[in-house]
Amino acid sequence: MAGILLDIKKLNKTYTIYGTALNDKKRFIKAVKDVDLQIFKGETLGLVGESGCGKSTLAKIITLLEKPSTGSVDFQGENIFEYKKDKLKQYRRKVQLVFQDPYSSLNARRSALSIITEPLVIHKIGDKVSRKKDTLELMAKVGLSEQQANRYPHEFSGGQRQRIGIARALILQPELVIADEPVSALDVSIQAQILNLLKSLKNDFGLTYLFVSHDLNVIRHMSDRVAVMYLGRIVELAKNEDIYNNALHPYTRLLLSALPSRIAGKEKKYTHIKGEATIGIDKGCSFQSRCPYKKEICSVQEPDLKEIENNKYCACHFSGKL
Amino acid sequence: MALLEIKDLMTVFDTAQGRIKAVDSVSLSVDSGETLGIVGESGCGKTMLALSIMRLVPGIGKIIQGEILFSGKNLLALSEDEMREKRGSEISMIFQEPMTSLNPVFRIGEQIAEAIRLHKKISSNDAMTLAITKLAQVGIPHPEKRVRDYPHQLSGGMRQRVMIAMAMSCDPQLLLADEPTTALDVTIQAQILDLISDLKNKNKMSVILITHDLGVIAQTAQRIAVMYAGKIVETAPADKIFTNPVHPYTRGLIDSIPQAGITGANDMPEFLKTIPGSVPSLYDLSPGCRFYERCSFADQHCVLVEPPLEKISDNHFTACWKSAQLAK
Repeated sequence: MAGILLDIKKLNKTYTIYGTALNDKKRFIKAVKDVDLQIFKGETLGLVGESGCGKSTLAKIITLLEKPSTGSVDFQGENIFEYKKDKLKQYRRKVQLVFQDPYSSLNARRSALSIITEPLVIHKIGDKVSRKKDTLELMAKVGLSEQQANRYPHEFSGGQRQRIGIARALILQPELVIADEPVSALDVSIQAQILNLLKSLKNDFGLTYLFVSHDLNVIRHMSDRVAVMYLGRIVELAKNEDIYNNALHPYTRLLLSALPSRIAGKEKKYTHIKGEATIGIDKGCSFQSRCPYKKEICSVQEPDLKEIENNKYCACHFSGKL
Repeated sequence: MALLEIKDLMTVFDTAQGRIKAVDSVSLSVDSGETLGIVGESGCGKTMLALSIMRLVPGIGKIIQGEILFSGKNLLALSEDEMREKRGSEISMIFQEPMTSLNPVFRIGEQIAEAIRLHKKISSNDAMTLAITKLAQVGIPHPEKRVRDYPHQLSGGMRQRVMIAMAMSCDPQLLLADEPTTALDVTIQAQILDLISDLKNKNKMSVILITHDLGVIAQTAQRIAVMYAGKIVETAPADKIFTNPVHPYTRGLIDSIPQAGITGANDMPEFLKTIPGSVPSLYDLSPGCRFYERCSFADQHCVLVEPPLEKISDNHFTACWKSAQLAK
């Protein structure tokens, strides 16, 4: 695979929750813990996890919408948190976001044309005529017609709005697109249309995706590599096939086994794992409260993300032995 | 014998823009002990169908035609008082969003006990004891302490369990579950689906499971009804829907899920098959088949004449003019 586009090193993000009048204790929530992750140029990296596992926080840090507590993110070899003025603007141009909810992420008072053109205006690219031409060309590519250019968001369906959101992200010809749950709010038949669109745009524009989702099937369909997050940590990272055929971490296995089976009447093959994600575990593995393989060491020492086999990383004391 | 039989039901909304038929001449039956899955995209009328069965159609909506026979009795002919007695005791419903369906200012125990005392003449102490038993049945740890919790103290999965406990409090014969797991994480979803089928088997009740997720329905339902724009377009036993779908909409729906991982197949297509276009507006429906604009098999006949729901083989019904050709 080509070079590293984005290199996330030892990234941590801790949120402080201040106490109330009755309970003045401060609490700390570690939303992202010691995340090391590389995104290679031209790949789709899938980031999967349940709600609250920190996947959106990670996406926000990469897009500079949040500052990390510690750690760094290098884009093409340079630390993005040290960017100033022009460089910062350049970076913001190269990294774009597609949001989950196509209803709340579009300005209701502006037409589709004006929403998609705005990034060009902000970055002072082209003039009025060329901007309109570029926007209409891109709209055609994402499957919107010229007649729809002057309509407002409420006149579009959910799927069409998501197309506007995608066009807005692509108008600046970014290198990295972070898609944060781009299809979760859409119906199944529309979901497939948007996934196909994202795939073909990737080929056309030579994009790199960080694809965030809670849906393992969608992730499997889209990604080259998959990172599984649990309570702020990456617990497993491997190639798509490896995750789905031979998952190493017990949490990944739990996630896979929880997928509803399509073949009706077939015996459910998932293991009955009880419990829910427990936050506030300070010592040891964050999955210990739900893990069926828990041993003594798990409550004492937190396992690091280690390379188990070629390009297969797993954060479990017993990975490869289960 | 069928526990619930719906005949030619029509629920409409008269709006300023015209009449919307949210449920349009739907006929269905649910046997006792059976789980029927109703699947469809948003706006197809699946929730309105459930609310019609409960006679809880909101606002300007009204049921203008049809019969809902529950154990042989027409629910639509009952008075409001008689219907209230059935709701929560013989027919119960669980909703999608557990946070909005629980009252935030009452303890969960009180809320369950309230449902019990509405239908059974028992003391409030006994009702509370029963509430604790019900919470234990739905797998809530330390139920005797949890009854004193407020909804905000519980996680999403726990709240949904409370909702199920409340729905089960009077041992209903029929449970309507409207997208019970949509707001939950996958691992919690699996737990809740398990719980519903366990309770169903233990109490020998019938379940109508409404969802947009074909995976969920495949795992839990014995029979599946596919809805599109207010109509049922196909019903069949669950395995038939997946192995031998006939209606072009059902086929499109199944093809458009990224289903590797479900089938375990490794040969993933680069692109998914999609259904072109989107669901038609219910304001101006064509006189013909509602799916014709998105259907690759449609011809002039489909545009003009609406196909009836017809039997194509045992227990397999579909509403498509091309079904004979497609079934092969």
